[in-house]
Amino acid sequence: MLTIEKLRTSLVGPVDLALAKGSFTAISGPSGAGKSLLLRAIADLDLSHGSLMLEGTEREKMPAPVWRRQVSFVPAESGWWAEDVRDHFTDAPDLESLLEAVGLKDALCWQVSRLSTGERQRLALIRALQLGPKVLLLDEPTSALDPPSVARVEILMKDFTASGCAILFVTHDPDQPDRLGARHLYMEKGRLSAFPSREHTQ
Amino acid sequence: MNGYLALTYWDLAAASVFLILNAIFSIALNLGLARTLIVSALRMTVQLVLVGLILKAIFFAGSLWWTLLAAAVMAAFAAREIRARQKRRLDGFWGVGLGAGAMLLAGSLVTLYALAGLIRPEPVWQPQYALPLFGMILGNTMTGVSLGLDTLHTALAQGKREVEARLLLGGTRWEATRPALRQALRSGFTPIINAMAATGVVSLPGMMTGQILSGVDPREAVKYQLMIMFLLGGATGLGVLGATFASIWRLTDTRHRLRLDRLDKR
Repeated sequence: MLTIEKLRTSLVGPVDLALAKGSFTAISGPSGAGKSLLLRAIADLDLSHGSLMLEGTEREKMPAPVWRRQVSFVPAESGWWAEDVRDHFTDAPDLESLLEAVGLKDALCWQVSRLSTGERQRLALIRALQLGPKVLLLDEPTSALDPPSVARVEILMKDFTASGCAILFVTHDPDQPDRLGARHLYMEKGRLSAFPSREHTQ
Repeated sequence: MNGYLALTYWDLAAASVFLILNAIFSIALNLGLARTLIVSALRMTVQLVLVGLILKAIFFAGSLWWTLLAAAVMAAFAAREIRARQKRRLDGFWGVGLGAGAMLLAGSLVTLYALAGLIRPEPVWQPQYALPLFGMILGNTMTGVSLGLDTLHTALAQGKREVEARLLLGGTRWEATRPALRQALRSGFTPIINAMAATGVVSLPGMMTGQILSGVDPREAVKYQLMIMFLLGGATGLGVLGATFASIWRLTDTRHRLRLDRLDKR
């Protein structure tokens, strides 16, 4: 679905990676390895070189906003430009059910300044989902969540891939890749490799 | 000119008595202001005396080239000031060029329009009209442009996450920077809007005061002042709009990325 060849930025790469329809791919690795930078580069938020294709269409063949709506990146720390939560969402028909799925049914009436870190994290995910992307790039999507919320978000992620989409996510939770049935990759000094066997991990 | 009372240099010395008194107080109370106060007062005196001499010479010469040269020097000082008043500025040539360009374009356009279309001196570039008019327009545009750019660059640098959040949700570079742009425009427009609101109620504008003191009918002075305020508002607006839009264009790229790497690192 998403094919990445020789993706390079000044700090990351070259990276080759293919995400299949309906698949999970997890990336782990030490801080500063370039995991977030890789996701930024794929979303075309940082200057990068290489070839990226979404279902056979080159990234450069479509305007960047169109690319980002289909290959949606949710950073570890989300940005909120208005005071009210509602102003960050469009009137997508499935919005209510999405919010309910992560336990934030009434969040639309809240103020951004009163959100907890975990609430922000879940709302940022819904905000990206409601645009109907084909690929999700998630940077530590459950890092600030309590176990019940983690379970909810993981169910949502599974629903998403089950509908034929692909998710590439960065995680520090050693069990999360297995829980989601993800292909597990390891990143160090800007390069991707297969994840080493359990005994060698930190 | 009737009703015009010339000042002697002794009058000026007498007028500075209160300023000197302030300096003495500062020394007595150990405020540490005396030095800057005296230096800036002396600096102003030298600047103004020189400007008086130069203007006199230029008016006497009545030459287009000398007038243009004086305008160019004014523009150069204003350009330097715009650069100095921004905490974060664009890198390289753009740091000076963009703000100065917008200011100069807006200032020249409005000045030429006023000279050729409204005041119509003979010749059009007559320095008695052209230089003070250009100076006033340039000064106000300069303030607006530097405030606008300073606010814009700070807003973008501090609001990087918010801007990128909108870009990530498929917003264009113009949509994503809209809040920063609005903030910048508002701060660039504020001085001129405040000036318009307070003019005549709180203080009489300097130019109008000058005309009245030199014996011009207040109603005529008011007409001139109104014209000037309209021109100042127009030029400031054009300058601020041009500078902020151009700066956003420079700080983003065609792939709709925020390019803060194009801000000077300090």
